Amino acid sequence: MPFALLKYGLNPRHRDAPQFRWHPELKRNYDIVIIGAGGHGLATAYYLASRHGITNIAVLDKAWMGGGNTARNTTIIRANYLTPEGVAFYKESVELFRGLSEELDINIMYSERGHFTLAHTDAAMRTARWRAEVNKHLGVDSEVIDADEVARLCPVMNVSDKVRYPILGALYHPPGALARHDAVAWGYAKGAMARGVEVHPGTEVTGILKEGDRAVGVETTRGTIYAGKVMQAVAGSSSRVSALAGFRLPIKTIPLQACVSEPVKPILDQIVVSGSLHVYISQSARGEMVMGGATDPYGLYSARSTLDFKEGLMAHMLELFPFMAELRVLRQWAGLADMTPDFSPIMGLTPIRGYYVDSGWGTWGFKATPVCGFRMAECVATGRQPDLLKPFALDRFHSFDLVGEKGAASVGH
Amino acid sequence: MKIMNCPLNGPRNIQEFVWIGDVKRTPDPSCTDREWTDYLFIEDNLAGEVDEWWVHAPSNNWFIARRNRLTDEILWTKSPAEYFADHAP
Repeated sequence: MPFALLKYGLNPRHRDAPQFRWHPELKRNYDIVIIGAGGHGLATAYYLASRHGITNIAVLDKAWMGGGNTARNTTIIRANYLTPEGVAFYKESVELFRGLSEELDINIMYSERGHFTLAHTDAAMRTARWRAEVNKHLGVDSEVIDADEVARLCPVMNVSDKVRYPILGALYHPPGALARHDAVAWGYAKGAMARGVEVHPGTEVTGILKEGDRAVGVETTRGTIYAGKVMQAVAGSSSRVSALAGFRLPIKTIPLQACVSEPVKPILDQIVVSGSLHVYISQSARGEMVMGGATDPYGLYSARSTLDFKEGLMAHMLELFPFMAELRVLRQWAGLADMTPDFSPIMGLTPIRGYYVDSGWGTWGFKATPVCGFRMAECVATGRQPDLLKPFALDRFHSFDLVGEKGAASVGH
Repeated sequence: MKIMNCPLNGPRNIQEFVWIGDVKRTPDPSCTDREWTDYLFIEDNLAGEVDEWWVHAPSNNWFIARRNRLTDEILWTKSPAEYFADHAP
């Protein structure tokens, strides 16, 4: 009944509550200050509020909510890593992602597509078998398939052997999925702010206040804030912020570039990755081909784009998908990735008491957003390193206990 | 195409070069495990001008470049002999 609908819509009593409940004023004291209002920081705030009952939290960001790597990734979600530590961690993330639209009451457009990691060499096939066995052992759905099966499942892919790097087979991971990255950050922000958490964009942290070896607050461009606990979740700026707190990280900041084509009708259902060719591609719900490759060849704090990246990416992409020759690049961008020596993140306690770090995500941060938020909330609330995060502690580098995650994106095999 | 000036081979396409990382002082072998792991893994990761090791891969020529990591500018490149004449190793 259109008239009744119009009346309903115009009636001020039925106005929707605003998506975000903003608090313009910054308080002097919070129980917890989280630096960085990206997916990870907002998810941590949400789980602190919803699971641990801590709501006197400020999430600060020098720019705007979800504007860093949360907005710059290629939205792939998967759990088919190589190390048992990595697989267990991402398995929990995929489980949380599956229920996230309902939990946050926002459509994150979670879409399971199936994920291929292509193998072009015997060494890559061996790694694929290794990953499949580790995955199956830990209850993650993965199998090795041959080139004929790749062609059957993904008919648009060129599996001919008349190319420089013929496809020998693939690690096939049916639960591989895509989601709308902005909605994940907004959903966590909405849920956290509804519970009383404050999010303050445009508030840059310029110093960490300490008493002895304990963090007690932060200096910001909008004044001093005291806090019982402080956490940083500032991928790309991790070393700069940890330097303010007085410790260094095993991180090199290296740009990771990506681009999308103009939108076309659905043609590619799956997510296709090739570690040997340094490419990954999926088609978004809008029809754009979302493409990325390896990190840049040298460290940089600039999100500039280069022709070298696109030339290298497209040469391999056209070998896999010759039809893409007709597509034009619509948009390109870069994010600043925290690269660690073992391609694994750094989460949890730091040498500063009451100061927690979430960093080192390199090329795999988005897919970890829920589990990282969930477990970092546990870490901050209890002051102890949760079991799932123990392999990823900062002090592993001082005991030679590195994780060695060669299943990370952008790692050549 | 970005050009880097190799002290041995002159200006070349940056794709011919491999980035190694910060010029660091190697600690004395009698140092503590903590000092050694700091040297191996921990980075200053400065957002600014930094002296770095680079290699021209085709000729395997190692040299030092000063680079601005915020603006992506290469300020100068020097052979190790020239560099360490000014900077005690």
